[in-house]
Amino acid sequence: MPLINKESVKKRMGTRLAANGFAKFLFILATCFSLLVLGVLIYRILSEGLPYLSLDFITNFASRMPERAGIWAALLGTIWVMAVTAPVSFILGVGTAIYLEEYAKKNAFTKFVQINISNLAGVPSIVFGLLGLTIFVRLLGLGSSVLAGGLTMSLLILPVIVVASQEAIRTVPREIREASFGMGATKWQTIRRIVFPAALPGILTGTILALSRAVGETAPLLVLGALAYVAFVPENIFSQFTVLPIQLYNWTSRPQEDFHMLAASGIIILLIILLIMNSIAVLIRNKFHKRF
Amino acid sequence: MDITINKQIVPKNEKEQDFTPVFKINNLNLWYGQDHALKDIKFDIPEKQVTAIIGPSGCGKSTFIKTLNRMVEMVPIVRMSGEIVYRDKNIFNAKYGVEELRTQVGMVFQKPNPFPKSIYENVAYGPRIHGIKNKKVLDEVVEKSLRGAAIWDEVKDRLNENAYGLSGGQQQRLCIARCLAIEPDVILMDEPTSALDPISTLKVEELVQELKKDYSIVIVTHNMQQAARISDRTAFFLNGEVVEYTDTSTLFSNPSDKRTEDYITGRFG
Repeated sequence: MPLINKESVKKRMGTRLAANGFAKFLFILATCFSLLVLGVLIYRILSEGLPYLSLDFITNFASRMPERAGIWAALLGTIWVMAVTAPVSFILGVGTAIYLEEYAKKNAFTKFVQINISNLAGVPSIVFGLLGLTIFVRLLGLGSSVLAGGLTMSLLILPVIVVASQEAIRTVPREIREASFGMGATKWQTIRRIVFPAALPGILTGTILALSRAVGETAPLLVLGALAYVAFVPENIFSQFTVLPIQLYNWTSRPQEDFHMLAASGIIILLIILLIMNSIAVLIRNKFHKRF
Repeated sequence: MDITINKQIVPKNEKEQDFTPVFKINNLNLWYGQDHALKDIKFDIPEKQVTAIIGPSGCGKSTFIKTLNRMVEMVPIVRMSGEIVYRDKNIFNAKYGVEELRTQVGMVFQKPNPFPKSIYENVAYGPRIHGIKNKKVLDEVVEKSLRGAAIWDEVKDRLNENAYGLSGGQQQRLCIARCLAIEPDVILMDEPTSALDPISTLKVEELVQELKKDYSIVIVTHNMQQAARISDRTAFFLNGEVVEYTDTSTLFSNPSDKRTEDYITGRFG
């Protein structure tokens, strides 16, 4: 007497296959939903924004008259802020990751630090804005400057960069570290010549993705007192500034229909910037992809 | 138990002390946490000979070879007592840095572990970390080391290609070349052929024979035939103790301990 009843197996076959097909259908549906939303978004933005999109729109300053308004100040403001944020967050983030992964003893304290870094990554950006306002704008007296904005943005994305870099460092196999130590290399030589180069693609990818998040952030900079109307480009890191998302926010909150169109054009520029940054991240990942 | 073994070993060593020792190991004990992994190890390793360490899995042979260049200390919970004297210096002396020791005592690992760099850069790594920048010197060191590891002819036209493109056997010989490039005094090999096919294994074994003219070699192997083929002296480890340590031919033809005999005749392990 066989333990498995062939008849009931046969009977259940149809249900199993149906469940299999249904699961596949559900996942396709989920994917289609996101694609649909993306499609609507792109259609709306392109249909509203393209008419206003021109070279003048990029090189003009903001204006009360929609046909003369442009995003030059906001675009350069974004670039200036990123020029501060990128090096500061990269150096601090990668440094922290290297310390935690390579030097720190694995004890309760480092575990505590680790959990807090992960938690910081989930703190709302406006909280970082308040922190920046207290420390950089008021305490250090930097005012609503590019420097204060860039440093605040660094704080915002620092946890993400630390976690991404730690993961990249962790993928470097123990064997090649041992090989380096086994030849009399010091810890620093091993980190600089073996671990860091091997982890760099992962670190850069994480950093660029974090930076592209910072490009789209509005709230912390609004709290800091970044200006909504700027008719000049930042001259140095102590200048006042605005950034693209603030300019867009400003335009969309105006009653005139034309400014909404302008905002759509601005969004196109912002999306192009983000697309370029993400493409660079993908390129780095593919070019330096290493298997161990 | 410990005492009887030491009684067997000590007189044997003194009687056969017809070589210059490169390592003198004295009452070495090692614990992983509570686990007593090496117990009162005491023997001398000769210069310019091949010393094989054999024994069943978990007997402490890999742990032992890693104490010789202090790589074992990378395990955080490890504790040691006793001394290992390398050419008149106790390697556990605080003044004797691990970096200095490892410059003299190179290591080839169980799994080929080239760096994700070019073949040239793999071999040049050692000289570079020791501060050699002169391109001409580096070129010479790379060629000499690759020739020394019997892999020069296979890679001389592709020095700038990534080392990961080599076969497993070639990678292991590249790792030996990388080790030779720091011009060590002793080469430790931790089961260097366990991940290789028979032909690559043969090449590495021939290479070991060649290398012992210039280097003192300590090789851990789970393959008794390999130990018999290539080593001059053999130590048999069991449960963290040295059961027997003598000439390879004596150990395999006329073992003095019952346990050695049982092991080499394949009754266990």
